[in-house]
Amino acid sequence: MGVIAPSSPLPGAMVPANSAARSTVEGYDPKVHDKFFEAVNTELGERGFLTASLDDVITWARTGSLMWMTFGLACCAVEMIQMSMPRFDVERFGMAPRGSPRHSDLMIVAGTLTNKMAPAIRKVYDQMPNPRYVVSMGSCANGGGYYHYSYSVVRGCDRVVPVDVYVPGCPPTAEALLYGLLQLQKKIRRTGTIDR
Amino acid sequence: MSSLAVQAQFEAVLTPMGAELVGALAGDGWGVEAQVAFGELTLVAPREHIVEVMTALRDRFGFQQLLDVCGADYPDREERFEVVYHLLSLTRNARIRVKVATDEVQPVPTVCHVYPSAGWFEREAYDMYGMIFAGHPDMRRLLTDYGFEGHPLRKDFPMTGYVEVRYDEEQKRVVYEPVKLTQEFRTFDFLSPWEGADYPAPVLPGDEKAGVKG
Repeated sequence: MGVIAPSSPLPGAMVPANSAARSTVEGYDPKVHDKFFEAVNTELGERGFLTASLDDVITWARTGSLMWMTFGLACCAVEMIQMSMPRFDVERFGMAPRGSPRHSDLMIVAGTLTNKMAPAIRKVYDQMPNPRYVVSMGSCANGGGYYHYSYSVVRGCDRVVPVDVYVPGCPPTAEALLYGLLQLQKKIRRTGTIDR
Repeated sequence: MSSLAVQAQFEAVLTPMGAELVGALAGDGWGVEAQVAFGELTLVAPREHIVEVMTALRDRFGFQQLLDVCGADYPDREERFEVVYHLLSLTRNARIRVKVATDEVQPVPTVCHVYPSAGWFEREAYDMYGMIFAGHPDMRRLLTDYGFEGHPLRKDFPMTGYVEVRYDEEQKRVVYEPVKLTQEFRTFDFLSPWEGADYPAPVLPGDEKAGVKG
């Protein structure tokens, strides 16, 4: 194996000094375009720490670790799985599926909620620790959907558990669910407190 | 090949098979009849001999698998229910259907000792229609809610049922209440503005060619 001579570096392999953290998007300079980034950067550089309200820090931490309870009831569950798989990769937002309601912050009701299932879903919800959030996914969970007039289906899972975000669709695409979760993060950032 | 031709081909095979089965079973005096329609073979058997018929079909005619037991409700008939057994023979490469008529009180002998898979199928049929299977080892409901009343696939069962559930904040549990529909019951007339509608003159643009051949 030959060694690459220092006199002939691979084109593009070398990065100019101090530019590694900067965005390389063409026409975008954080110094000019992102005042917030620059302010944070300056504050960190000058003082070595940041100040923020405790609420903000805690809600920020909560939005970044939404462990969701897998409550797949029907075909929506497949889209929910799709969302957590590498293509949409919800783990980049710090979310991960949990098998136990006692470990989770968020319940995604993915699918048709039947009368027989209703006590079970409430029991699982009651087992989740505060703060807890519920995303209702798909037409059936939102309002009964296709089975609205059925003898065996709950006409919306908000009759059983309080819902934070409704994701429409039949089933919603993985993107739509991801968007719903980002809206939930926004809601937590907006309304979240450390009070219970 | 068109679907009609395929159907005719199936019927050409199934009609002799039906005659063969009926002929072979005739000696037992069970009164089994065969019908061929839509490319499928159906045997009609009397209720009291269904276990013998199914045993014969399994042991003598090679229908090794019971794929499904389901029901049907015909409110106008004297015996309103039908129990329908779907059989598959891998050796004959054939699927047949066996029908038995019954009503709310006449028990049908269970076939779960002939085909073990009938156990849950018969429970489901009982759940949905309320026909009784005599000799079944575990005749409980299968699918509907705990404490459910009525048989939902009967024609006289209302689509929305009788109860609905919600969580009661005061009792801290899920409670059952009589159905209260907040949204109007919708009726669909299946009329399409594009197909089959008979518009008065003037003819819509493009429709003037509709009746013309070629």
